[in-house]
Amino acid sequence: MKDRVRGLAYVLGHNIDTDQIIPAKHLVYSLADPEERKLYGVHALSGVPDHVAGLPRGYVRFVPEGQHVSPFRIIIAGKNFGCGSSREHAPAALQIAGIEAVVAESYARIFYRNAVNGGFLVPFETKEPVWEQIKTGDELEIDLPNLTLHSLTTGLVYPLQSLGDVLEIVKAGDVFAYARQSGLFQ
Amino acid sequence: MGMTMTEQILARHAGRFHVSPGDNIWVDVDILMTHDVCGPGTIQIFHKQFGKDARVWDREKVVVIPDHYIFTRDLHAHRNVDLLRQFVAEQQLPYFYDVGTPRYKGVCHIALPEEGHTRPGEVLFGTDSHTCTAGAFGEFATGIGNTDAALVLGIGKLWVKVPETMRFIFEGPLPPYLMAKDLILHIIGDIGVDGATYRAMEFAGDGVMSLSIEERMTLCNMVIEAGGKNGVIAPDAVTEAFVKSKTPKPYEIVVNGQGARFHSVRVYKTREIEPTVAKPHSPDNRDTAFRCRDISLDRAYIGSCTGGKITDFRAAARILKGKQVKVDTFVVPATTEVAKALATERLDGESLQQIFENAGAVIAQGASCAACLGGPSDTFGRLNKSEVCISTTNRNFPGRMGSKSAQVYLASPYTVAASAVTGKITDPRQFLA
Repeated sequence: MKDRVRGLAYVLGHNIDTDQIIPAKHLVYSLADPEERKLYGVHALSGVPDHVAGLPRGYVRFVPEGQHVSPFRIIIAGKNFGCGSSREHAPAALQIAGIEAVVAESYARIFYRNAVNGGFLVPFETKEPVWEQIKTGDELEIDLPNLTLHSLTTGLVYPLQSLGDVLEIVKAGDVFAYARQSGLFQ
Repeated sequence: MGMTMTEQILARHAGRFHVSPGDNIWVDVDILMTHDVCGPGTIQIFHKQFGKDARVWDREKVVVIPDHYIFTRDLHAHRNVDLLRQFVAEQQLPYFYDVGTPRYKGVCHIALPEEGHTRPGEVLFGTDSHTCTAGAFGEFATGIGNTDAALVLGIGKLWVKVPETMRFIFEGPLPPYLMAKDLILHIIGDIGVDGATYRAMEFAGDGVMSLSIEERMTLCNMVIEAGGKNGVIAPDAVTEAFVKSKTPKPYEIVVNGQGARFHSVRVYKTREIEPTVAKPHSPDNRDTAFRCRDISLDRAYIGSCTGGKITDFRAAARILKGKQVKVDTFVVPATTEVAKALATERLDGESLQQIFENAGAVIAQGASCAACLGGPSDTFGRLNKSEVCISTTNRNFPGRMGSKSAQVYLASPYTVAASAVTGKITDPRQFLA
């Protein structure tokens, strides 16, 4: 991951489960095919009920109709982001739609693991419910070495929790790169 | 200092004398399971990372069970099964339960024990969140994604962070109107959908040990709905009798060590629990069936790894026998073995299948996950409108069974059957003596 990520925020609440991130009926497209995998971007977050899609007001489409990349770069969320299924299609869909980082109060562990091990996006955590203070469309900048989230729209700066155990995997890129670097296999 | 069951199993598989919660270790894997939805992605990563001529680390330890999108006209879904077939042929994998063959099984978490792949003391990973079901056999079992599964396929190991264990003790046998589903919904209502995140959930007490192996599976199955890493129940004579009847492979009984330390212990008196439901749209939105008695339903669904085992159908049949359902009722046996049992097992002279048919329920032609997770639009039992459904399945987040404007109530097979008869959410005590 780059040292800095800058972009627009898309804000969600608690318990955004994998069926909301990518509804199960879409789990049939090939992730390997460069054209077909775009469909994951087209339908990313399409399972979120309209009235809570893009807080605080809702009714904000994550991906414009007919496109596979979102104008939003960073997701801000509440607790237990990514709960539900173990499907890796969930962090993959968000990455395909252009998301580089999620900043949430907490994560479900399989989603967290998949995001890190697959190198799809960096899952940051905050102690405070930052999602209540940021609006969808605010411009944000994440500084990874300093672990800060800066709202360029409001001027406020929020501390991010240390990545701890997974920092090495994030730095290596994904778990395969990390395992090779650690000498676990060639 | 003694270790919990989970700590011991992980320590042994990492070649260590001792581990503590929080330790990051690499463990040897006994079984890696995958299915039609996540298998293709896993296979693709495996070949990309290990080479197109790479071979899996141990053919005896890979189990491939297509079960999710089977009875559909969706061509992409068919392609997924073909990709599994290609891989199985290329790798010469012995454990593949292929669609359209006599070996086809259905729901992976029920097929695994039926085929003797679940054994005490082992480490089992599956590309499905409900892999935790196998903890009922006294092993460490949890769900992983495609990347992790591809790594396991190549090197037979995975990194794991040792979890703390939360203990849930049930005192007293289950009253005749309660099932394991009520117990686990009760727990999730207490601790919330993230109440067990990163932790093992151990179920104990005479109430739990009085349960059949299938009911123990139901308990462990929904550990993921509380965010838990794995579920575990100490193996006993019931476990061993089942496992020995399915496989000649040796296994190791692991139980909590003396002085093992737990994150927390909760004690429940089983007789104080009432038939429970989880209301839309979260498995922790708990209420009693009695308090929800005014809620009208459009549909009842009995199936899935959580509620589609023969034990679940015996329970539903007890209530549906001689009655008519008031709402569309879908019955989906989890596996081909369960489907056969529906036809051969009898309750007072009537087969379970006849009981369901005579009650007006529709039985799926094939065993699979079907509408538990929505699936392609032509999936049996899928909610395609803003319907209100009561179901024996495991999740009810928005859109889980299809339409995101549908409402899903989770409940036990007894409660779902009773509700199908009245057309409203119904406490099964109304029908059980």
